[in-house]
Amino acid sequence: MAARIEPIAGRYVHLTLGGRDCRVYFEEAGRGIPLLCLHTAGSDGRQFRHLMNDAAVTDHFRVIAFDLPWHGKSTPPIGWENDEYRLTTAAYVEAVMTFSRALDLDRPVVMGCSMGGRIVLELAAGHGPDLGAVIGLEAADHQTPWYDTEWLHRPDVHGGEVCAALVSGLVGAPAPDEHRWETLWGYMQSGPGVFKGDLYFYRVDSDFRERVAGIDTRACPVHLLTGSYDFSCTPEDTLRTAAKIKGAEAQIMDGLGHFPMSEDPARFREYILPVLARVRAARA
Amino acid sequence: MIERLVELVNADEALVRRGRFLTTDFLVEVGETPYHVSVERGRMASVTRRPVLMRPWRFAIRAAEDAWLEFWQPVPRPGYHDLFALTRFGRARIEGDLQPLMANLRYIKEVLEAPRRLARSA
Repeated sequence: MAARIEPIAGRYVHLTLGGRDCRVYFEEAGRGIPLLCLHTAGSDGRQFRHLMNDAAVTDHFRVIAFDLPWHGKSTPPIGWENDEYRLTTAAYVEAVMTFSRALDLDRPVVMGCSMGGRIVLELAAGHGPDLGAVIGLEAADHQTPWYDTEWLHRPDVHGGEVCAALVSGLVGAPAPDEHRWETLWGYMQSGPGVFKGDLYFYRVDSDFRERVAGIDTRACPVHLLTGSYDFSCTPEDTLRTAAKIKGAEAQIMDGLGHFPMSEDPARFREYILPVLARVRAARA
Repeated sequence: MIERLVELVNADEALVRRGRFLTTDFLVEVGETPYHVSVERGRMASVTRRPVLMRPWRFAIRAAEDAWLEFWQPVPRPGYHDLFALTRFGRARIEGDLQPLMANLRYIKEVLEAPRRLARSA
């Protein structure tokens, strides 16, 4: 067979979240330590496809990414048509932990980016002993808003276009065009109001500045990596957060932006592989 | 740099097509110097230096000259690489009626970034 078929497999799992049945899509590749990946606000799990195609990762990790309800190929729960979608800390934690239990993941390493990077801090604080480690990409305990989210969902501005154009500058300046535009395509495809609803969590319901000092990194190691071009979660935000977590590791990734795993996979690889090696060593 | 927007934008067919629903006037301030930018269905009609009395504009983007020069580097450094990076760190201000800006955000950002091509081809 001449065609190249990737080793990624996708399936659906039914979860009860917030008391409602949710049909949740997930993809995975590899064998070994479960590495559960959480996508950014207003996008979906495809952001992790490069890790899932990297044998240096999948030889040692079972890489899994699920689309939150409302995102990617996960449908919104029945009755969504009259809801205003708003992600909360409680709902996000419930989604991650319910998914992990549904797949019988044994102390997964949870790696999230942006809002996914925010929630791994709460997961480490509240569920640390159930996790192998957390890796926060573009993660901080709080964010200072830098635009009015009302622009993201209104009839006189195209939602997909404006979401992508707003975040376009969060991609690092050196990122290859191919990966820059695929990253932005994810934002263009987001359902109406979904990015805005995710930002309710990110902006309003996730001030963890008082929470992170309670993380026990002996139970759940914390690794934070942030791109130098990220002005949403700035390097200073991440370093400030790491300074409050005893034992946390933090690194600034030169030339990367807010979507390291999808905007510039080759550059990201240089930073994430050593972290994954340390995660393996700690678990051995 | 900004005076070259007419030729830079109009030579870029894809960019003109992206702006085809936009006809507006906006102001770009480079330090103390205002430039009236006039767009007609995605084409740059004119870029006029200095204030034009009684000519209205829908929105204005203002930044110091050194901030714009950093912004127009072929690979700008962090914090100067995007319109909203400039505003987030207080290096630029956006004022006026933002609806035409937000409804055509990719177009406007790419128009403002067009002078980067001059440095690349130099």
